[in-house]
Amino acid sequence: MTAPQPLLDIRNLEKRFELDRGFLETLKLRGGKLVQEKREVHAVNDISLQVAPGEALCVVGESGCGKSTVARLIAGLLTPSSGEIHYGGERIDNRSRRAMMPLRKKMQMIFQNPYASLNPRMTIQQALEEPVRYHNPNLSQGEIRDKVADVMRAVGVDPSWGGRYPHEFSGGQRQRIAIARALTVDPEFIIADEPISALDVSIQAQVLNLMLEAKEERGLTYLFITHDLSVVQHFGTKVAVLYLGSVCELSDTATLFENPKHPYTRALLSAVPQLKDDHPNHIRLRGEIPTPINLPPGCPFESRCAHANSRCQSEQPRPQLQPDGALVACHAVEEGRLDG
Amino acid sequence: MSSLSTNSEPSRWSQIWNSNIGYSFRKNPVAIVSLVIFLVIAVMSFCAPLIAPFDPYDPGQIDIMNSEYPPLWVDGADAQFMLGTDDQGRDLWSTILYGTRLSLLIGICAVGLQAILGISIGLIAGYVGGRIDSLLMRMADIQLSFSTLMVAIIFLAVTQAMFGSETFNQYAIYFLIAVIGVAEWPQYARTVRATVLAEKKKEYVDSARVLGFGPMRIMVRHILPNSLSPIFVISTVQVANAIISEASLSFLGLGMPPSQPSLGSLISSGFDYIFSGSWWITAIPGIVLVVLVLVINLLGDWLRDALNPKLYKG
Amino acid sequence: MSLLSVRDLSVKFAMRDNTVTALNQISFDLAKGERLGIVGESGAGKSITGFALMNLLSRPGFVDSGKILFQGDDIAQMSDAQMRRIRGNQMAMIFQDPMVTLNPVLTIGQQMVETLMAHRKLSKSEAEQIAIVKLREVYIPSPAERLNQYPHELSGGMRQRIIIAIALLLDPQLIIADEPTTALDVTIQADIMELLLELCETNKVGLILITHDLGVVSQMTERTLVMYAGRIIEAGRTREIINDPQHPYTQGLINALPQQTAPGQRLKQIPGNMPSLTAIPNGCPFSPRCEYVQDHCRTEAPKTVQYTHVEVACHEVHRLHSDKAEEMNR
Repeated sequence: MTAPQPLLDIRNLEKRFELDRGFLETLKLRGGKLVQEKREVHAVNDISLQVAPGEALCVVGESGCGKSTVARLIAGLLTPSSGEIHYGGERIDNRSRRAMMPLRKKMQMIFQNPYASLNPRMTIQQALEEPVRYHNPNLSQGEIRDKVADVMRAVGVDPSWGGRYPHEFSGGQRQRIAIARALTVDPEFIIADEPISALDVSIQAQVLNLMLEAKEERGLTYLFITHDLSVVQHFGTKVAVLYLGSVCELSDTATLFENPKHPYTRALLSAVPQLKDDHPNHIRLRGEIPTPINLPPGCPFESRCAHANSRCQSEQPRPQLQPDGALVACHAVEEGRLDG
Repeated sequence: MSSLSTNSEPSRWSQIWNSNIGYSFRKNPVAIVSLVIFLVIAVMSFCAPLIAPFDPYDPGQIDIMNSEYPPLWVDGADAQFMLGTDDQGRDLWSTILYGTRLSLLIGICAVGLQAILGISIGLIAGYVGGRIDSLLMRMADIQLSFSTLMVAIIFLAVTQAMFGSETFNQYAIYFLIAVIGVAEWPQYARTVRATVLAEKKKEYVDSARVLGFGPMRIMVRHILPNSLSPIFVISTVQVANAIISEASLSFLGLGMPPSQPSLGSLISSGFDYIFSGSWWITAIPGIVLVVLVLVINLLGDWLRDALNPKLYKG
Repeated sequence: MSLLSVRDLSVKFAMRDNTVTALNQISFDLAKGERLGIVGESGAGKSITGFALMNLLSRPGFVDSGKILFQGDDIAQMSDAQMRRIRGNQMAMIFQDPMVTLNPVLTIGQQMVETLMAHRKLSKSEAEQIAIVKLREVYIPSPAERLNQYPHELSGGMRQRIIIAIALLLDPQLIIADEPTTALDVTIQADIMELLLELCETNKVGLILITHDLGVVSQMTERTLVMYAGRIIEAGRTREIINDPQHPYTQGLINALPQQTAPGQRLKQIPGNMPSLTAIPNGCPFSPRCEYVQDHCRTEAPKTVQYTHVEVACHEVHRLHSDKAEEMNR
């Protein structure tokens, strides 16, 4: 398998948030003594991912697993604590806003909440014209308007509605407009952070279809963040399963759904409520997701895993390449303690 | 953009009328009455040169022999002077009109100054955050820990001593605007900062950042328009406060000189005669001041309720 | 006799100048110990149904007509005092967001004891004993310690378990659960669903499960109502509705799920949006989005008819069925 040059290459990405800001907050009373103590949230922990052109990489996981942080790091909304992000062969994580400008046209983001991602005080026309004008200062007013009308038609929004404000539209239409706004600068890569989870089922299908169409027609590459596994199976070409800021399993979508290997992936897949199966046989997990403050030294999933042993407690598993091309970070898989 | 807004212009007023704010206004008799009274006072005072029978600033029209005539409904009145005259023989009706004009002017200009200072500082503090935020907000805290009147009294007393009362009286209006404007900016800065902090977390700001827009553009074009409701509410209250501050300062002799009386200095000048029976010189401007401040505050109350974020889902 | 019987219930909301209809003459029954799912998208009126059943509609909303018979008594006519005796005692509600139900400044124990002592003559220690038993029933580890904890000290899944324990405190006949797991993660959701199912079965408690998730309904309930624009458009046994939906909307809803289409293919979407309550179309409310629409659908509201195993409100259900049979034969 000779992989083409990846469009996006994330290397050992880490993001820690300091919980205690300012000197005074770090002081704690411990046994009568004043001690300086810093608590950190490890939102993203040594993640490496590649996205090849034309792929749709889905990042799945439950709340608090760091999937949105990954998206925001790539989009440049957050700066990584360590690690590198390369786009098209160039390092982008340490650039200034001006140096990022040419990249802004190539990489765009779609957000979760269509009720908050459009400025409520701008008409749709203004909201869509603004990025075009900002990135192409030489275009005439007529050219800008044509461009906006084209994009609006492409996402199925009537261009004559341009004078309306976002609150006059339903959630699904707003998400179409948000997608249109991202498309106005003709990007090649789109980061979509839970773009359909705030929408109704029948509207989810509409928006997902729109994103698939845009992928085919414009040759887009996606990084798709979601918690919904049925969407992953439908939309993704590759899947990365995240747990507590680490990648558990990374493989082709078909491989993952046919033959999940990591115990967490298996539990996650079995927990999705199915339509036809009357008697679900889901793998119960012990306890709940621990908080990502001061992570344990071993495998992050160890506290809930039925296959955990002493090695899992003390040593963090590295991602290992499996025969079918999947990358799995699990001692039990490596040692063959899980059968099947 | 501009050509787009022109074709929707005719419907703008009916849009406002039918919006939630227009509706809550129509259903609120207190707000309607307050607005009508405020508009009557404002229009009449700004048309003072046209309405007033006398010009209180023109010494040629003042005759000391006319002093202390009571209002028309009291025995011994002169038919020329509807509300009577003050101690210098000025027609009280004309003087009140001119005085109200001054009070409103000072109030609105001072609030304008507060707003410009406070909004810019609040926007920067909220959006940039970090050290700059801490610095600006500590400045605001220090400013707020002195009472407005105390700062104003010290400042005005010092300037009065520095320039002499002749020059001071000449420029009193500018000094008043400056001191009231500067003393109260933290009110705006704090309110704006709080809204900016809330708005900054919303996804449309992230979306603007991903599109590569600069901080100035995001602050002015995106965040500021969405922070306007609390600014409107606080502005009404601040205008009322500024008018009261001005009146208090003038009452204490640190504001407008008796030759160009505002409502406050008028009340003050009549105060000496209240026990000699000439109550109207103080009472009538006092009532005008109270009514003016009351209707502005009532309008502010209504506006706050109407713009309540629970009702208002932008 | 059925536990709950709703007859021609209409709920309206008073707007500025007029009223809008949020629920339009809905009728259904719930037997003792039965589990019923109410499915629909936002704006379908499913949450309003839950609130109306608990007599919890707040000011602009009111019951316009119809009856809600709970064990033979009409809830819609009850005074607040009568309703308080039923609410919590015989009927309990579980909301989507646990923080709405739990008071953040009281400990779990205080809240449970308070609820118990308001309805039963118990001493404080007796009430605490019952609380501990109920917490154990919902598999909360070390329940005695939890009594002294505040809601914010517990995780989301734990809070939802406690909500369920509180709902079960007074051994109600009926639990109304409004999107009980939507705010939770999939692995936790599966646990809570299993727990709720088990408790309802062992205690013979009736359950009305309000959700947008067809998968959840399919696994949890025996019967299902599908709502659209304030009306019940299809009702029947859950299995039959999921396997062989009759109303075009139900079909569309199930076909729109990504698992119904091969990966990478276009999903079968329903065009358009759910109408807002202020602009419900004449005739059949689904007609503007329906692929089987005929002229009379736009003018005449369909009546609910029995068709195969389900009740369905659609003019064209016969044609639709023959079309499908043709497709199958081909």
